[in-house]
Amino acid sequence: MTVAVTLSKGAAPVFHLEDEHAHAEGGSTMLGFWIYLMSDCLIFAILFATYGVLGSNYAAGPAPKDLFDLPLVAVNTSMLLLSSITYGFAMLTMVKGRVGATQAWLAVTGLFGLAFIGIELYEFAHMIHEGATPQRSAFLSSFFTLVGTHGLHVTFGLVWLATLMGQVARYGLIEANRRRLMCLSMFWHFLDVIWIGVFTFVYLMGMLR
Amino acid sequence: MSGLRLVALLPLAALLSGCNFVVLDPSGDVAAQQRDLVVISTVLMLVIIVPVMALTAIFAWRYRHSNTSARYEPDWDHSTQLELVIWAAPLLIIICLGALTWMGTHLLDPYRTLGRIASGRSVPETARPLEVNVVALDWKWLFIYPEEGIATVNELAAPVDRPIHFRITSSSVMNSFYIPALAGQVYAMAGMETKLHAVINKPGVYQGFSANYSGAGFSGMRFDFHGLAGKGFEDWVAHVKAGGGGLDRSRYLELERPSENEPVRRYAAVDPALYKAILNMCVEPGKMCMSEMMAIDAKGGLGLAGLNNTLPLTYDKYARRGAVFGPEATFVAGICAIEELDSEMPKSLAAPRRMTPVTGSGLKPPDFTANKLLSTSFFVGQRPLSGS
Amino acid sequence: MFDTSAIAKAIFGRLTWESLPLHEPIVVATFVVVAIGGLALLGAVTYFRLWGYLWREWFTTVDHKRIGIMYMVLGIVMLLRGFADAIMMRLQQAIAFNGSEGYLNAHHYDQVFTAHGVIMIFFVAMPLVTGLMNYVVPLQIGARDVSFPFLNNFSFWMTAGGAVLVMMSLFIGEFARTGWLAYPPLSNIGYSPDVGVDYYIWALQVAGVGTTLSGINLICTIVKLRAPGMTMMKMPVFTWTSLCTNVLIVASFPVLTAVLALLSLDRYIGTNFFTNDFGGNPMMYVNLIWIWGHPEVYILILPAFGIFSEVTSTFSGKRLFGYTSMVYATVVITILSYLVWLHHFFTMGSGASVNSFFGITTMIISIPTGAKIFNWLFTMYRGRIRFELPMMWTIAFMLTFVIGGMTGVLLAVPPADFVLHNSLFLVAHFHNVIIGGVLFGLFAGIAYWFPKAFGFKLDPFWGKLSFWFWVVGFYLAFMPLYVLGLMGVTRRLRVFDDPSLQIWFVIAGIGAFLILLGIVAFLVQIAVSVLRRESLRDVTGDPWDGRTLEWATSSPPADYNFAFTPVVYDNDAWWDMKRRGYRRPLANFKPIHMPSNTATGIVLAGLSTALGFGLIWYMWWLAAASFVALLAVAIGHTFNYHRDFHIPADEVAQAEGARTRLLAAGT
Repeated sequence: MTVAVTLSKGAAPVFHLEDEHAHAEGGSTMLGFWIYLMSDCLIFAILFATYGVLGSNYAAGPAPKDLFDLPLVAVNTSMLLLSSITYGFAMLTMVKGRVGATQAWLAVTGLFGLAFIGIELYEFAHMIHEGATPQRSAFLSSFFTLVGTHGLHVTFGLVWLATLMGQVARYGLIEANRRRLMCLSMFWHFLDVIWIGVFTFVYLMGMLR
Repeated sequence: MSGLRLVALLPLAALLSGCNFVVLDPSGDVAAQQRDLVVISTVLMLVIIVPVMALTAIFAWRYRHSNTSARYEPDWDHSTQLELVIWAAPLLIIICLGALTWMGTHLLDPYRTLGRIASGRSVPETARPLEVNVVALDWKWLFIYPEEGIATVNELAAPVDRPIHFRITSSSVMNSFYIPALAGQVYAMAGMETKLHAVINKPGVYQGFSANYSGAGFSGMRFDFHGLAGKGFEDWVAHVKAGGGGLDRSRYLELERPSENEPVRRYAAVDPALYKAILNMCVEPGKMCMSEMMAIDAKGGLGLAGLNNTLPLTYDKYARRGAVFGPEATFVAGICAIEELDSEMPKSLAAPRRMTPVTGSGLKPPDFTANKLLSTSFFVGQRPLSGS
Repeated sequence: MFDTSAIAKAIFGRLTWESLPLHEPIVVATFVVVAIGGLALLGAVTYFRLWGYLWREWFTTVDHKRIGIMYMVLGIVMLLRGFADAIMMRLQQAIAFNGSEGYLNAHHYDQVFTAHGVIMIFFVAMPLVTGLMNYVVPLQIGARDVSFPFLNNFSFWMTAGGAVLVMMSLFIGEFARTGWLAYPPLSNIGYSPDVGVDYYIWALQVAGVGTTLSGINLICTIVKLRAPGMTMMKMPVFTWTSLCTNVLIVASFPVLTAVLALLSLDRYIGTNFFTNDFGGNPMMYVNLIWIWGHPEVYILILPAFGIFSEVTSTFSGKRLFGYTSMVYATVVITILSYLVWLHHFFTMGSGASVNSFFGITTMIISIPTGAKIFNWLFTMYRGRIRFELPMMWTIAFMLTFVIGGMTGVLLAVPPADFVLHNSLFLVAHFHNVIIGGVLFGLFAGIAYWFPKAFGFKLDPFWGKLSFWFWVVGFYLAFMPLYVLGLMGVTRRLRVFDDPSLQIWFVIAGIGAFLILLGIVAFLVQIAVSVLRRESLRDVTGDPWDGRTLEWATSSPPADYNFAFTPVVYDNDAWWDMKRRGYRRPLANFKPIHMPSNTATGIVLAGLSTALGFGLIWYMWWLAAASFVALLAVAIGHTFNYHRDFHIPADEVAQAEGARTRLLAAGT
């Protein structure tokens, strides 16, 4: 490190950097995004807590065991878990700088995500058609809100995924795009973790009740 | 100089003496004990607050910039002994206050049956508490005396030195039932029951009101609480009974509608199941009671069949109840009538009275909460009793 | 087929002529005054051709200093509105005796006290605190800007958008009549079917997004962008308290977002979270909102504690006593603030053990707080105290805050709370800590850092006048409320029976009037200081003989803050540099990498506000259109990869050269 020129005493310490002290471009992004995810996690925590408190208030209506179709939810869960795996492949190919393969894996991820959303919407539509609407009981309100909020996040992730695919197509795997793909990767896996909570806490334990 | 100061304080003293510091000078034993806690805690804290304020003033004066004779040590920023003192002093106060809080909170738990009616006077073995059911309505108070079979609006009476057991609920929004002279307040919440045990020691007329904002008519939600000595209470009951009139469900539904600054009303007779229906939010004919709903829910709901068990809501407190994207407002239809759920309100408290003083951490909650309440989690508050 | 009312309903939702409060003469008069003032302001801006300047240099700026100043302006403007509500309440309560209804009906009065609470917390205290943190923190840690400059601009405009929605509710429709936390079932659609609660929800949701993002931003800034050598335990105390505050923001505002979202679901689609029927539970709302609400209190007070630490140390000419214990005290308060929320509703009937637990955790918070007070006390001990304005506010704080702290601990004793809860004693208590703590701190901070931001000091005469009006006014306004609380008077009452109470409300009203004079004196102080700026000018950049890095650079600092990144060896970095004979570098300037301005933030926030307005009034087309536009602009923004530029070395050399000449002329 260079010594400042104008100091009078030779032994005096260095009080400023001669060179521009460059913080890496986007150096805070990962940390910032991680903190954002934690704040989002808190929203889910509140929704889980709400479900925990209200989840057995059926208002003399149907209970989870009357409504949930576990095989369907299992298929749905596998869609989301597979999408996480394929996103992992996309990241591996991204590290190798292979644009085409990255795009392909991202597309597969998107398709799995769409399948997840599709199945979830089918499940919701089916329940509402039967009359188990979010208005029928506090249990159904908190169920639809918790699962629906997760679904909204996945939908938002899909929009983001499509946007990023456009940007990768246009600008290639430049540094900024790699950073964005990393963020989406964290987001996507985060939603996976939340879903595992939903699957266990809402569906599996709901059927046991 | 000091004489002048005293003169300056005179108007303030006159001002203070003209006031009724009901919180500091209550007429009920529970409120008096709560007052004692307020005073003791304040004194305990003044032990540290006063020196801090004095030191602030002294240091600010002594180390002012113009006073060059005071020591100046710009680099003095640490002293382990001082650090120990400044953490230990508040800690000690809080340990004392914490112990006081633990004891006081358990002793003065509004759910706890009274052990004494005043300092040094325990509850006579023969005395049964006066049962009063309190309902906060929009915007007035309904008091039901189940044992006397009467009800009043915006007027409450109780005999002096007899424990009173309030069961408190609300018809719609949250209120807080508070008679400062008698005891501290407890929330009144719809579909939930809170309790308060208290006793009035001096005859007189005291103010009661809602201490939680509840909408437009909130300011007028006041009532007189009469502490009656001797035969006063029996006379008052006889007077109410002589007045005639009765409160049944349909009259209650009329009464429940929002109104402000209601005058006192008295009912010589009251439907014995009314309070339970109010608490379980099933006064409206055909509506399922909370207790029935919770019993059904505890067994896993009514299944898909339960989806059809709703009826459109015809009665409406306000102009509109449904949400803009929601379906028509409905309610869950009851299967049993309230009378079938339970024959009547319990005539007397089954809870054993605890005479032994509370001592610290070995404390057990009063028996009656343990087996009768469905849920006592702090997160959801008290739920109504199911099947009791 | 279509009748006109159906068309009007499709376009305007539930907004009709009847929605405008034309029948409220007070509101109409206010509107006329605001409209005239607003038109005059717009006219002046147009006449002096300032629109382009404001747009380029302020509205679209990503400079943390300018954003900080805009936050302060927003906070002060909203203070005027919030205080107008306060003085209306005081007047109503002072005259509504002996059968008089006062001059406000319930419909209006209930809005006034709700708006007062919401505005003072969300749109006065929060912007002022965020503004100071935004301005000062990057300077204190020797950074060029925050971690995410664009996000910073967006956060500010979201806060401003929330404020706009609250202000709109004054003239278009109405505000909530529920109290500032909008407890259901009162705030649910059955009991509050009008737009008031929707204004409340969307104003807080829009502003809440901004607050959360600005919290993330400042955490990253403090964690990532500190100057070399500044370890965590060498950070200035204000930076430490800012870090803790922002951690609290990020860990509590999502709870508010979630709980308000659940309330809006109840109100819009008829779910049953907080209803009485169908298994809903209103008490859950009370729990959840206070899980956010209690940390919020510390979000406000911690930065004030930081300001007092900086001020005490600077004006005592002495190192802060017990830096380490100060830091630990801050962290302990941060953690404990999550374990006390239930003390806001001991009276719910949770049982003695639960109540004692939360009562005792609340008391435990007073231990680190007490330690802090002692630390300030021993910082003054053996110091050379200069009684400049910031120090006066600090002394007033120390004397006032301990009273508020004492009544606070008193309220934490559950049986005591049973008799004092919801009373005017409680109102007096939290005003005692928020005015005596937060507000005094903010005024100390404004007086302390104003010369840094503008290059001249604030006029001391008007400042002292404002100080005395505020302090005396505060005691006159709130000590009577303590007295009234002990007389069993509850809050939010509109009319009173007992005539013996009136004198106390009159005294409180006089106190509020003195506070009004204090606010006026503060505004005059700013005006006078601007007019007399040449005689108040400070060219050194270090008018108070400061100790931390923000005083090392010029006042106002150049866009890039520091020509060279400073290196830190001591927690009083600038004091250390001065003492060891630091000289400013005069040559070898390098180009400096800076973020570029962008209009995206203001556009996104504007669309969010429109989205909120559409949802409030059920104008579904507006809500849908602004939502789609919001998505489109946000996605479009991500296609912009050129968000930065370099300030050429020549420009830096010129700016620094100008400062060198000023410094030479000044000595």
